[in-house]
Amino acid sequence: MNFKFNRKKVSGTLIVVPANEKSFVEEMKNYNFPEARSLKLKEVMGYNKRRMVAGDVCVSDLAVFGLEKLFERKLLSREEIDALLVVTQTGDYLMPPTSNIVQGRLGLKRDMLCLDINQACAGFVLGLIQAFMLLEQESVHKVVLINADILSRKASAQDRNIYPLIGDAAAISVIERGDADQPIYANVKMDGSQFAALVIPAGGLRLPCSAETARLEDVGDGNRRSKDHLFMDGSTIFNFVQTEVPPLINELLATAGASADSIDYFACHQPNRFMLQKLADKMKIPHARMPNNVVENFGNTSGATIPMALALNFADQIRQKPLRLCLAGFGAGLTWAAMLLNLGPLQFCEMIDYP
Amino acid sequence: MKTVLEILKEIRPEFDFATSQDFISDSMLDSFDMVTLVSALDKNYGISIDGTDIVPENFQNVETITALIRKCGVQA
Repeated sequence: MNFKFNRKKVSGTLIVVPANEKSFVEEMKNYNFPEARSLKLKEVMGYNKRRMVAGDVCVSDLAVFGLEKLFERKLLSREEIDALLVVTQTGDYLMPPTSNIVQGRLGLKRDMLCLDINQACAGFVLGLIQAFMLLEQESVHKVVLINADILSRKASAQDRNIYPLIGDAAAISVIERGDADQPIYANVKMDGSQFAALVIPAGGLRLPCSAETARLEDVGDGNRRSKDHLFMDGSTIFNFVQTEVPPLINELLATAGASADSIDYFACHQPNRFMLQKLADKMKIPHARMPNNVVENFGNTSGATIPMALALNFADQIRQKPLRLCLAGFGAGLTWAAMLLNLGPLQFCEMIDYP
Repeated sequence: MKTVLEILKEIRPEFDFATSQDFISDSMLDSFDMVTLVSALDKNYGISIDGTDIVPENFQNVETITALIRKCGVQA
């Protein structure tokens, strides 16, 4: 499905990462796997260090921390937030929405919209689309988009397929109306028939958490996890990305009448280094124009990875001038979404540690 | 330049890949080994194996792996 927006802009993005850093090498002993093979994987996939919350930190904690920093620095005021979108798969509660919790904790005005969006790795693009649609309303002048997940609390420490790559973070982006005439194009696709390829089986009403769902099971290749944990069918997801994302981006560029050469950078979701290098090769895009270094520094942080890739690689540039970017997110749902836009100059683009 | 067998041996030295016709069914390669193998083949032959070709059928034995790298223009 194609979308087109006019006169909208992202004015800043702040990423909150837990100060607690974990090292892949130190964690290798958790996996029932020879050290030499783990070290080879480290090199290929980009496993290195990542950030995880310590203790019972929740999404709203990271979000409130970051927003308070923006208030303190006068980069944003409470009164001007007309809509608060929280894109997460790991909300504080099943009910109520985490966005309402953030609103309440920060004492934001009551005359506003709070909305949770249950999306993950494609969540930055989907959140931007929702923000742009809200800004079509006369009453909405500024939208705060929060992409946050704490998946480390849902990953088994004995599952080599998931645990070494998971990171926690919250990306807080401010979206408002812009003056630029350059349209923003987006393309979104969904395939719910493959939902089981990336799923937390227990915890919803389909399979409530119980002693049985919490029991660790051998799931092959020396890995152990329970039904309360995040499961990813790595081969299916890898092939889904390689098969579906290039045509999605090509379709987007064709709709916009843009060539790949006209794009400064392809800022994609960051599942692992190998998958992104293969994606870049398939699209004949030089690796330098598709950053792949978020996982090795912070882990795969779900919907926060695209703003993190921007802050990690282009913060100085993007604070000074606009970059022509193609964003692409892909993951749970299955969902894949891309957006073509000029981003910048941003008022702020940085990462801070929590707490 | 290393041969396919030499690269396989480096990845899983405990197995004799010359005697198996189905590395996957014989549990000699798992999905992470396939990723490591693709990375090693790419570097060794100066190619980039297409991501959509990274499926178990292409890693069953030396012949299927050789066919895969030939697809990338390698004279093997």
